[in-house]
Amino acid sequence: MLSKSHAKKFFLGGTVGFSAIFLWLTVDTLMRVPARSHEDKLDAHVLSGRLIWDKHNCMGCHTILGEGAYYAPELTKVVERRGKDWIRMFLRNPEAMFPNERKMVNYHFDQHPEQIDDLVAFLDWIGHVDTNGFPAKPDLAAKPPSNVAVAPANGAASGKLASAPAIFKELCMGCHSLEGQGAAVGPALDNLSARYTPEAFDKWVSNPNSVKPGTAMPNFSLSPEVRKELASFLLSNGGAR
Amino acid sequence: MKFKSQRVAYLFFATSMLLLSLQILYGFIMGFAHLGFDVLHSVIPFNAARATHTNLLVVWLLSGFMGAAYYIIPEESDRELFSPKLAVVQWAALVVVGVIAIVGFHLDWWEGRKFLEIPRPLDYLVVVDVLAFLFNIGMTAWKARRLSTTGAVLFGGLLSAALLYLPGMYTFQNQVHDSYFRWWVVHLWVEGVWELIMGAILSFLLIKLTGVDREVIEKWLYVIVGLTFLSGILGTGHHYYYIGTPRYWLAVGGIFSALEPLAFLGMAAYAVTMMLRGGRRHPNKNALFWTVGCGIMSFVGAGFLGFAHTIPQVNLWTHGTLVTAMHGHLAFWGAYATIVLGVIAYAMPGMTGRTAYKHWSSTWAFWVSNVGMLGMTGAFAVAGISQVYLERKSGMDFLAVQKAIEVHFVGLVLAALVFTTGIILYIWNFTMYGLPQVSVEGASDAGVDPVAESSAAE
Repeated sequence: MLSKSHAKKFFLGGTVGFSAIFLWLTVDTLMRVPARSHEDKLDAHVLSGRLIWDKHNCMGCHTILGEGAYYAPELTKVVERRGKDWIRMFLRNPEAMFPNERKMVNYHFDQHPEQIDDLVAFLDWIGHVDTNGFPAKPDLAAKPPSNVAVAPANGAASGKLASAPAIFKELCMGCHSLEGQGAAVGPALDNLSARYTPEAFDKWVSNPNSVKPGTAMPNFSLSPEVRKELASFLLSNGGAR
Repeated sequence: MKFKSQRVAYLFFATSMLLLSLQILYGFIMGFAHLGFDVLHSVIPFNAARATHTNLLVVWLLSGFMGAAYYIIPEESDRELFSPKLAVVQWAALVVVGVIAIVGFHLDWWEGRKFLEIPRPLDYLVVVDVLAFLFNIGMTAWKARRLSTTGAVLFGGLLSAALLYLPGMYTFQNQVHDSYFRWWVVHLWVEGVWELIMGAILSFLLIKLTGVDREVIEKWLYVIVGLTFLSGILGTGHHYYYIGTPRYWLAVGGIFSALEPLAFLGMAAYAVTMMLRGGRRHPNKNALFWTVGCGIMSFVGAGFLGFAHTIPQVNLWTHGTLVTAMHGHLAFWGAYATIVLGVIAYAMPGMTGRTAYKHWSSTWAFWVSNVGMLGMTGAFAVAGISQVYLERKSGMDFLAVQKAIEVHFVGLVLAALVFTTGIILYIWNFTMYGLPQVSVEGASDAGVDPVAESSAAE
């Protein structure tokens, strides 16, 4: 029968033994983490971004490396998912991107563009940490994934997308599709010239809510030049048929 | 209650009650935000509510542990507390630090590190406060030249908890290192040394409530805390699967966290067996309910649900989803909230000389709050598993998934209302006891012979 002194020895022996193994593994881990996390790329921008991340307790809503809260998206691979320009645009006015949806606190990053760059640098760095495959790619998703429009554009591939401005690919295609590529949150943007004059398009893009109150289309406060660039790209008939 | 100075525990217990109420309030703020009613967004954004909710939890549990230690250590050492005055000062300091921290969270003053949000300057105050606390109970045992196994395990747990707070007070430049050592605090607290505290309180309550021989109870206490460390130390590995640490943690963490339920199963078997073996029928059935309830619910919440969530193949998908919230709620409730509520239920009659445990509200508080928490766990489980399949496995957009699972938060809020009703009953019952009495003669409900003449503190 087990005696109390045996039980005590079991407790003390187990604790000391397993603590020793744990410390040994910790030393080994600490030696391997720099290479796994590309510590050589931890520059001043990344560190500053990390401090901003901590300062506003971003983990209080988001997760990073799967750690944090579950109110806002997991951000480990956000640069890969959204692209840097999209993130910059989003951070300039977090309430604009998803109108009438769950809100992010507005930390007025638009007044501190260098903070946006630092945050993007931090998110880019963390996206390259070797996380043993986390987050896993969706394994039940339809191919192509279910949130992407499936139907290919009618007719021969025009290659219109090939001439798309960079901002169109990073920003607009986060919600819209063109020639079957992109997302299906908003309507497809093929053949837009049939629906919009350049003036109407400009009015819509510069303030969607004034044209259609309550719309999910964000106001990105795009500069006139960018709006013009988008209009000339989208409203051109170049191979849309 | 044997000694006058044990009364100081009341301050800590009352504080726990207040902070628990606030914690629930902030829980509702978050529940409603998930439902789309983020009406307090401009005043209490989600991250402030979240930090407040979890830190209130930690502080009310710590306050409960401190109260429990101030009650248990003098009794186990057979001596008045070293300095009741220092205990009061230490309590006041804890409250002040807590209030500053909570207010700070609402003003964007914090460290954005999950569970360790308290800003660095306040960390130092916490350290001083905890040192004062440890000094006080340590000196009590030292002066008495006597400390039972139960007392020693309790003191050891509290001391280790204080030491393990330190790795969280260093800022690492690399987020991976920061996360690695954050878990030294968080994991080695709740799945390590806090279990010592929990086991010791459980052992104390079982000795008092069941009348089973102390030697038998304390022998099994060693076995259980032995199992805790055997599994829990390397079980830290289940936090090191996907944060940038080497791949071998998948094996180490997977194997040892699969053993973690053993410690909790031990706690459950321990409580139930001792209750069944106990010949003496203690009048305070309510304290026994909470004690045995703690053993069982900690096994379900911390042991079983923890096991289900930390299998590496499962965790790859569930890591960072509401599934974690499901496990977290029942684990903290089962392992730590119930043991604090249990020790309060046990200590109050002795401190006040009243027997409010005979009132119907005490029994109902136990059942209603436990059923409510199980309901909340169920709601989180459905929401979390749906999230995993829609977002992680099917690749749906985050916000679209959140819309789809919104309905489960209706269930969560309803279950939370049941839970809150139970807690209101508990606190109502707590207030029925009134304040602790200066004279404790005749208050033998604690199950020990009252000591008529309390020896004065030195």
